[in-house]
Amino acid sequence: MSLVADLAVQLGTLDLQAELRVADGELLALLGPNGAGKSTALRAVAGLQPLHGGTVQVDDTVLDRPATGTFVPPERRPIGVVFQDHLLFAHMSVVENVAFGLRARSTPKAEARRRAHEWLERVGLEATANDRPAALSGGQAQRVALARALAIDPRVLLLDEPLAALDAGTRAMVRRDLRRHLASFAGMRLLVTHDPVDAYALADRVAVLEAGRIVQTGTLAEVAAHPRSRYVADLVGVNLVTGEVTDGVLHTERGAHVVIADAPAGPSFAVIRPHSLTITRDEPSGASTRNVWRGVITDIDRLGERARVGVDGALPLTAEITLAALDALALRPGDDVHVGAKATDIEVYPA
Amino acid sequence: MNTRRTSARPPVVVLVLAAVAVAFFALPLVGLLWRAPWSNAWEYLTDDDALTALRLSLWCSAWSTLASFVFGVPLAWTLARVRFRGNGVVRALCTLSMVLPPVVGGVALFFALGRRGIVGQWLDDWFGVRLPFTTAGVVVAQTFVAMPFLVITVEAALRQMDRRVEDAARTLGASSWYTFRRVTLPAIRPALVAGGVLAWARALGEFGATITFAGNFPGTTQTLPLAIYLSLETNPEAAIVLALLMIAISFAVLVGLRDRWFGRQARPELSA
Repeated sequence: MSLVADLAVQLGTLDLQAELRVADGELLALLGPNGAGKSTALRAVAGLQPLHGGTVQVDDTVLDRPATGTFVPPERRPIGVVFQDHLLFAHMSVVENVAFGLRARSTPKAEARRRAHEWLERVGLEATANDRPAALSGGQAQRVALARALAIDPRVLLLDEPLAALDAGTRAMVRRDLRRHLASFAGMRLLVTHDPVDAYALADRVAVLEAGRIVQTGTLAEVAAHPRSRYVADLVGVNLVTGEVTDGVLHTERGAHVVIADAPAGPSFAVIRPHSLTITRDEPSGASTRNVWRGVITDIDRLGERARVGVDGALPLTAEITLAALDALALRPGDDVHVGAKATDIEVYPA
Repeated sequence: MNTRRTSARPPVVVLVLAAVAVAFFALPLVGLLWRAPWSNAWEYLTDDDALTALRLSLWCSAWSTLASFVFGVPLAWTLARVRFRGNGVVRALCTLSMVLPPVVGGVALFFALGRRGIVGQWLDDWFGVRLPFTTAGVVVAQTFVAMPFLVITVEAALRQMDRRVEDAARTLGASSWYTFRRVTLPAIRPALVAGGVLAWARALGEFGATITFAGNFPGTTQTLPLAIYLSLETNPEAAIVLALLMIAISFAVLVGLRDRWFGRQARPELSA
């Protein structure tokens, strides 16, 4: 019992080729930068964007498969959607919004309203039942959107950037609420987000989508430990180096060498954590066991007790040093420096 | 409402020109009021011919507004939502009567729906329906010139509305017809009211197409504008009173609908 989505959609400049699997009871977060095709993927699963190739299948039912001419329209899919800015019906009361799906499926009015009231009670908004959506706060509107989507008893719940429309102050609280309410839904859940914090708080597993391709899947811890793209490395805040390993040295495309402890030969990724890097003005002595790269400081960000220093050279890196070290060296953007790293601090894994 | 916004001083030139515009609209009204035969006004108003023309005007304009809704809203939806070749040509064709002299429209209707017209002859032969010089003909002539006002208003609203709300309805299990009735139409309600009022006002004031296509028979096709025009020659005093009556009716409707019309429009279409 699962959601199988092998999506092929060409839309303008976007070429989406993504395979997603969501097991029963699982929450998969589709994480990616803006324009990667996350929302298109979600619309394709919902049936709002027909596929050009591939298949969408829930349990044993094929919902979209161009090869066989199968297409089930959105209104007949067992799929509920919570949209980014909620998209509540402004001309209806809150309870009418929640009852809408039941009414559209010919549930008698009284029965639909009774069940809508139950849902509102479940999300703690019974008191707003007769209000217009315009009177709700962002977090309340989101709970109504969730109740509205769940009231039709879907097998799959899709959430499109559910927290993006909220201001920073209420976000954490709404995220906590959302996690609680999502936990009570036993079906398959697919969440689209650009924020790893959302993915971390809500998802069991993450699929990273970049430029229409899934570049990595796994638990967030796995993805964070072994990033396989620049985007993920930036999200996690580590330096990612790609290259070819031969005889204990990783050679990058731009001709930089990274001495590593021990790794099999072949195309590889190396993760260098910013706080494991040192910065000196002069070439450090005893460099035989260490990596030393020359570079020019591009920017300095002070973050509390520490500072992140961007250094551009044959191997562009971000180093994190203490403010004391920064001040002692009197570092300024434009300065020539040496960046050092121990071979044992560098983690290498096959590409 | 928001009075703080006017705290900035408006430019004098703009105010002066605006005042000229207001005077331009107000002066003809003042002229009518000044020349109105107030002592005999009640007599003219309760004159049988006048009452008949008034009743006919209200009746016909109501029917043509209804017809404009029944056919105009689907037309607007098709123009806004269905992609087809010649969309622009169809839109121009359907709004042509807004810029055409109504008399031309009346003549054209005659050749289409008249007893020897391309469709009219069949209507007569098969169903015994004759439109020219009948009350139904008045409704046809009024609808011909009035419906475009509804169509362009509604089409613009359909293009502006957030279609993702319709997507949301579809994912909740609503068919496209259910979505149209329960989501799309309520979302463009202000435009439906505004377009309906515009179409009705245009139908009520319709003169040229009516007199050409339907003639000027008291009791069957002589609407209030026609009656006013005719009395200008026979009884100018009655014409003035009837003209003021038309103004009063139109003004009452415009003012009465103002709150529903503009008030609703000011509300956000979507919850944020």
